[in-house]
Amino acid sequence: MAGSTTSYYFVIIGTKDNPLYEAEFGTFKQGGDGVPKFREEQRHMNQFIAHSSLDCIEDLQWASKEMYLKTVDKFNNTWVSCFLTGGNIKFLLLHDARSDEPIRQFFTDVYDLYCKTLMNPFYEVNMAIRSQTFDQKIKAAAKKYL
Amino acid sequence: MNRDTSPFRPASTGASPTPKHASLTASTNLRYSLTRKSIYDRHLNRTKTSELSKSAFAFLFGEMVQHAQKKVYGVQDLEKKLNQHGYAVGQRFLELLLWREGRTAKRETRILGILQFISHSLYRAIFQKPADTLEKVRENEDEYMISDNDPLVNSYISVPKEMSQLNCAAFIAGIIEAVLDGHCFPAKVTAHTAPSDMWPGRTVFLIKFEPEVLEREGLRHGST
Repeated sequence: MAGSTTSYYFVIIGTKDNPLYEAEFGTFKQGGDGVPKFREEQRHMNQFIAHSSLDCIEDLQWASKEMYLKTVDKFNNTWVSCFLTGGNIKFLLLHDARSDEPIRQFFTDVYDLYCKTLMNPFYEVNMAIRSQTFDQKIKAAAKKYL
Repeated sequence: MNRDTSPFRPASTGASPTPKHASLTASTNLRYSLTRKSIYDRHLNRTKTSELSKSAFAFLFGEMVQHAQKKVYGVQDLEKKLNQHGYAVGQRFLELLLWREGRTAKRETRILGILQFISHSLYRAIFQKPADTLEKVRENEDEYMISDNDPLVNSYISVPKEMSQLNCAAFIAGIIEAVLDGHCFPAKVTAHTAPSDMWPGRTVFLIKFEPEVLEREGLRHGST
């Protein structure tokens, strides 16, 4: 990445490989301002990278019992980290530096938020998550850990 | 009723309005509670140890069965409906259960592992006791049975003679099916009454896996 600060792309994928939620954010560490610095052509590349990593995940998910699969794929300078829930919902994070532990903490928070979303009787599995509160809380978690 | 424990609170605030409805909420204030707290501000362990009144549950369950009965044509249809209700519960309960296990949470990747998870962890979390037996059907490679000597949901259900085929534990079968589906072990789960001398209400949940599950198990782990 051109700048010195890192940018992240985060997406939640449903059981039918359908996206439920996506977000981009920058880091607040190292004096970052939290604004994603993806170049315009990189933004749609992110979606392709995330999509292509699904095949890797499908293979890896039977080799390990862990929910946090760590980095599952790499494309040029972009790493893909994955967290797989019991209901086969995938959380994918694209990042350009390896750091397993903060990402685990971030995913744990996301899982908490996802479970809460699921507790809503009007929400069903595989429905897109449009809640503004959810969005705010995800961004807050990203600010805290990434 | 204490506002905090009101079951309607999450529903009224959980989902944010879509842009289409934004103007509506501003004028009616229907979707926001007065405290502006949402489902996201509530801790998921809040109800972990609390118990539910059995009579209240029996009443709600009975109403659910009656409601389902109005819209169906036969026993099979009714069981399917109950199964669907259970399925929605199972999908949610699975994630909640794994979330509560925290860092030690594991996804099950083997048939036996997931069946044990269901008959022990899941059953204990819902009914506070493990399922009574877990068996393999000897004749069929792809069938397993979980039995419950006295299913909680059936305690106050009396089945009329003309519907003797009906077993309302189809609701639990739905929960089991959702958990299996969630872990990518697609299966059909059905509830059957199998009375024994000691347990007249004994129910067997027959689990029939889809062929691809066994195929995968064979490829990944050799013949089992």
